Amino acid sequence: MTNKKYILGVYDDEDVLLHAIDKIRAAGTKITTVFSPYPVHGIDDALGIERTKLPIAAFLYGCCGLAFALWMQIYMLGFDWPMIIGGKPHIALPAFIPVSFELTVLFTAHGMVITFFIISGLYPRIKVPVMDVRSTDDKFIMAIEVQEGKTDIKKLDTLLRDNGAIEVNEKEVAK
Amino acid sequence: MQHVSPVREPLVTGGKTYHDITEDVCRQVEAKPNIRWAIALAVALFFLGVFIYSVYRTLWYGIGEWGLNKTVDWAWDITNFVWWVGIGHAGTLISAVLLLFRQKWRSSINRAAEAMTIFAVICAAMFPVLHMGRPWLAYWVLPLPNTWGSLWVNFNSPLLWDVFAISTYFSVSLVFWYLGLIPDFATIRDRATGPIARRAYALLSFGWTGSAKHWSRYETVSLILAGISTPLVLSVHTIVSMDFATSVIPGWHTTIFPPYFVAGAIFSGFAMVLTLMIITRDVFRLKDYITLEHIESMNKIIIVTGSIVGVAYITEFFIAWYSGVEYEQYAFINRATGPYWWAYWSMMTCNVITPQLFWFRKIRRSVVATFIISIFVNIGMWFERFVIIVTSLHRDFLPSSWAMFSPTIIDVGVYVGTLGLFFTLFLLFAKYFPVVNMFEVKTILKSSSGVPHSHKPDSMHAHSPNNHNHHDK
Repeated sequence: MTNKKYILGVYDDEDVLLHAIDKIRAAGTKITTVFSPYPVHGIDDALGIERTKLPIAAFLYGCCGLAFALWMQIYMLGFDWPMIIGGKPHIALPAFIPVSFELTVLFTAHGMVITFFIISGLYPRIKVPVMDVRSTDDKFIMAIEVQEGKTDIKKLDTLLRDNGAIEVNEKEVAK
Repeated sequence: MQHVSPVREPLVTGGKTYHDITEDVCRQVEAKPNIRWAIALAVALFFLGVFIYSVYRTLWYGIGEWGLNKTVDWAWDITNFVWWVGIGHAGTLISAVLLLFRQKWRSSINRAAEAMTIFAVICAAMFPVLHMGRPWLAYWVLPLPNTWGSLWVNFNSPLLWDVFAISTYFSVSLVFWYLGLIPDFATIRDRATGPIARRAYALLSFGWTGSAKHWSRYETVSLILAGISTPLVLSVHTIVSMDFATSVIPGWHTTIFPPYFVAGAIFSGFAMVLTLMIITRDVFRLKDYITLEHIESMNKIIIVTGSIVGVAYITEFFIAWYSGVEYEQYAFINRATGPYWWAYWSMMTCNVITPQLFWFRKIRRSVVATFIISIFVNIGMWFERFVIIVTSLHRDFLPSSWAMFSPTIIDVGVYVGTLGLFFTLFLLFAKYFPVVNMFEVKTILKSSSGVPHSHKPDSMHAHSPNNHNHHDK
């Protein structure tokens, strides 16, 4: 079991941070990730994070919900036990709209959120690998993984500080 | 990159920093319960006791404990149900519709408003379940073959649509609310000193670390949830209104009901948000986050929706006359001048006249006046549902079956009891959960705090904020 070592650049302003990300990436350093207390706009582009495909997943879940709702209503009222009410059609689609809509929303919302939790590795747990506790308060933490023998820690320290980091720390994380 | 508008009022006052926001919101979560909170909880718990007793009487002796009779077979229960569901709508409106419209002022009130939604829907759900008389058979509303034979539920019935609408609404609101809480739970977790608090909030925070990739996905998920919650919230009260509108009872059988109910729901919901937030901002010292600007914005929504409701009342009357149907005409004349005239005119006064006072800026920005008017609106909206339900039923087609409705003490107990349930839940939420959405307020701090965000000059040495405008989309 080896430990992973990270250099953490601490920033206290989002604009300085965004500027620093550009500079540091331009210098050829790979930024592992950035932890921030709130979503920083423009950070996806700056870090080169791809757009998530969750909207596509959400759409597909919605389609499943709609299909399930229509199948359920048509099968139950149209085929399994048709209710004869004043000679009205058994498969009364206009009357099926509300339930179909609700189930579409239900499947979309829950499917999407559960998928989000799974792909992001979020689940209830006691031990949370936090790099720096201030990242949920008021600091922006830029984490750069140290590659043994390759990364020049001193140079990295200077690079971070030159680009507005107020502190530079090291952190080892059990793998 | 910073633009301070000369016209817009700041949404966060007092020159706060990011850390101040964390401190101010976490204060009441971390501190010992204060005495005002404890007294309020004691009162709420007393009424929760009233609720439990009234429910016990209702279940043990049956629905006969209520004042219902053969003519008026829906009364306080459905009134309360619609009233509570309507109150819930403001939370979703603030969290979803205002998010889509990019209204920044929603940030500091959305958390509490969404909590209100969830608790209001819980209270609402009590009434149809209790009215079943045998709540242990409540699962019969699910699409299961009847008594395990092969007869299914009737998907043509608006009451069944309600089952789907309310349960979808409740579960989606709960997920939306919880998703918003996760980053704030992480903040509390990272500040917690006690081992129990740290573990509890760690579990609640789902291991949130705030990495850029998670935030990116998180924002997408929030936006889509907002996008689907918007039609959802409109559908819920539309379907609730169809419980009445698809029947053939004069006074109920009107096509105006869906938009009229939705407007009324938002109207009453915002009144309840104001009632709650005016108390919360005072008790928890959050006046820098829930400012007069917030109160004024909500009051403007109250004028709009209150006026829509007023127009709907008048339209109903006009259409009743214009339809030429004598039963329809009688139903409305009876509402205004019959034995329940006092309920009708309470509704008209509270819902149509009082909110018009908000045309005056002085009243819109007065905390005391807003609080009083918000209570009036809450009362008025309760009477609206009472008027629609009871006055339409109590004099039906056959004069021999005309009857009056008067509530029993158990009717009152169940209703007042749900207020106890609601406030118990809300007070527990306000103490143990972050009552203001910290991360969203931090997001708007730079643009909406009125003061340029201060940071040490040495951290800005290399560049001015102007040379990376390309980040600002």
